[in-house]
Amino acid sequence: MQAKTNDKSFVQTLIHGTDFDHTQLTALQKVTLRAVVMSFLFFGLVAIEGMIMRMVETGPTNPLPKMFNHPDHFFAIMTAHPIVGIFGSTYQLVFAAFMFLVPYLTKKPLYSVKLANAVWILITLGTALAWIAAFAWHYAPLYTLYWPLPADLEQFKLIGGLVFVVGVALIMVGTIGFIYNIYATIFARTGVHKNKTTKELLISGFGIDGLMNLIHKLTGKPPYSKEPALSLPVVAIFRGTVDTFLDALVILGAGVLVLVYLLSDLGGASWNVHAVDSLLYKNFFWWGLDLVADGLVLIYVAGSWYLLATVITGQKLFMENVARAALLLELFVSWMVWSHHLLADQPQPEMMKLVSGEMVTAFELLTQGLALFITLVTLWKARPLKMSPELAYLLGGLVGFGLAVPAGIIQADMGMNRVLHNTQWISFAHFHIALIVGLYMTLYSALYVLWPMVTNNTTMWSKKLTWSHFWLYLVGGVGMGAFAGMAGIDGMLRRHLYVNGEFNTWMVLAAIFGSMVLIAWFLFLFNIVMSVGLKGLVGIFLPAKDEVATYGIEEEPEPALA
Amino acid sequence: MTFQTSLELLRFHWAAYTIYALLIISIIAWFAVNLTRKERIPSKIRIPFYGYIAFLVAGGVGHHIFTYNAIPWVAEDIMRHDIPADRDYKITVAKHQWQLPAKQMRAKMGEKVRFDVHSKDLTYGFGLFRKDGTMVMQMQVLPKHDNDLLWTFNECGRFDLTSTEYSGPAQYDEAGRDKMLVKDAFVVECPHDKRVAMN
Repeated sequence: MQAKTNDKSFVQTLIHGTDFDHTQLTALQKVTLRAVVMSFLFFGLVAIEGMIMRMVETGPTNPLPKMFNHPDHFFAIMTAHPIVGIFGSTYQLVFAAFMFLVPYLTKKPLYSVKLANAVWILITLGTALAWIAAFAWHYAPLYTLYWPLPADLEQFKLIGGLVFVVGVALIMVGTIGFIYNIYATIFARTGVHKNKTTKELLISGFGIDGLMNLIHKLTGKPPYSKEPALSLPVVAIFRGTVDTFLDALVILGAGVLVLVYLLSDLGGASWNVHAVDSLLYKNFFWWGLDLVADGLVLIYVAGSWYLLATVITGQKLFMENVARAALLLELFVSWMVWSHHLLADQPQPEMMKLVSGEMVTAFELLTQGLALFITLVTLWKARPLKMSPELAYLLGGLVGFGLAVPAGIIQADMGMNRVLHNTQWISFAHFHIALIVGLYMTLYSALYVLWPMVTNNTTMWSKKLTWSHFWLYLVGGVGMGAFAGMAGIDGMLRRHLYVNGEFNTWMVLAAIFGSMVLIAWFLFLFNIVMSVGLKGLVGIFLPAKDEVATYGIEEEPEPALA
Repeated sequence: MTFQTSLELLRFHWAAYTIYALLIISIIAWFAVNLTRKERIPSKIRIPFYGYIAFLVAGGVGHHIFTYNAIPWVAEDIMRHDIPADRDYKITVAKHQWQLPAKQMRAKMGEKVRFDVHSKDLTYGFGLFRKDGTMVMQMQVLPKHDNDLLWTFNECGRFDLTSTEYSGPAQYDEAGRDKMLVKDAFVVECPHDKRVAMN
């Protein structure tokens, strides 16, 4: 516990925090913190949901009330779980961080704080509606929405479907709001970009200048661009946001399709669901959805690693031009890898399985392996470093992706997929470790870096809790992923209900380690609440007195008109 | 190296990935310890940057080359329309119920069997499982499409069938039991022995 809080009682600290003063926060700081608060509340919900599902699958001796074992309820949780986790928690946290970082890194004001407020409200509301649709009406087509299941009104209630689609649509509208805000900020020709053209910003945003610099170096020419218009983390945000946009369009498109069928049923006309080809739909849907998993997540994470490595070391990034060019490569890779989700679909053309599903997907090993290597070397060159929470979490994030990316690449293979598709292997060894350990530990690192900036140097209540959170979270996340992943190798399906404890040993172990993640979350949240205090927590949601939409720069005086 | 059954492959995969996982965790842990030592330790190993890139490319591509050569069902799957099957089984699925061609589908060890599965309504999966729960193989079953899988059974035994894709909660009864699970749906006889191994 910090010295500043020693003279305060526990209750006083709980109410007032350490030295947090919400009245001194700018509009940009407040909107960032609002989304962060909602994100971590949703994280808690998603961790509880995950634990419920894990406990159900431990078998009949689980202590949960019977309703949780009912298939309607179980699959309703399974449907809500990724919506709450990916959109309610992850999207919110990432969007909050980027809407703070882009103004900070470009030294320009955020395009609109009002829009940033609308983003977190829309995503929160949308997530809540999708969750309610699952909880109240057991609408459970899962996040995959495999056609025609979402329009199957023999299994699901119409009202559930309508509320779910509206919820997801609100999330996507909020997402588009974020995208607009980011691009409007990046392309604003003010401050350091006053004399830049849109073309220059676009070239830099796509990482083309990095590629040109590499080519010029190889051909012995002077650098194409000595000082790129956009810093590398902003390039990653720019690039990842392209995929965020395309993904939002696809999910909105799928939502419209489901909505049309649901409304036709409401109007008394039951349309033929097979008018929509299930394979074509699956390709369309996975192309978009995969832009999350294999596009924006990987790109945003790479950008975050680069930023964190340079902030922690205070040095330039190793091989920056290669990193920029790799982000350009990821542009093409992320758009062409979706077929690895269809390796078990026999009507899918073999050539698409081979080229998109296997070969192009394998390049993710290259792009993510490069990001990992560049980050490690940047840190190594700056040694010795102090083991701060931000460094520890960053290394944890690297471990997460070091485990999860090869696990995914292994399954993106026609031979392996035949025996691993839809098992808990892909669910846990790949994407749960990627998200829980890889992505979230990176985000925790970013949180500890940004904390002083966003809270005006508020003292964290307890360092012990910070480190307890770190170790519990890391060991719990890796352990849960590993044991549940092993259940997958033993044949446990991922979208299946087991009520007889068929994979009891693995599930008990996964539940034990999963509970560590849940406890870690509680410790983290408690530490944050004690730092900002309950009053501060409420104050975050009160209007800001200071409407400033920037951080770390003074408003540039406009030259006097002649 | 060739894997005759998916069980052999799964065991190899388990061991290989566990070793890899322990290795990558150890490397990062070693890195973290040395990164934060008070004295700046010299680099003992220099990893050439472009050599590392070549290693990643070789790893990504080499993995598929390895599996193509070591896993017999990869080439068989790609060429399945040109390979004659020893037995053909046409299966229909609708409203979470299988319509099997026989109460028990059978084959002899080493035979090639073609499963041709059609769904009349939803997306399902078609998967055979050993008695210990491990998966023999599976495929997705898309409605109104031909879903065919050619499989050489290099192991004898009794295998259970269920859907490997979620098709709504109606797949389960009120107690959560899988209604699409068909015990001993497929039987493979051992060579020179009409009794079937009860694994």
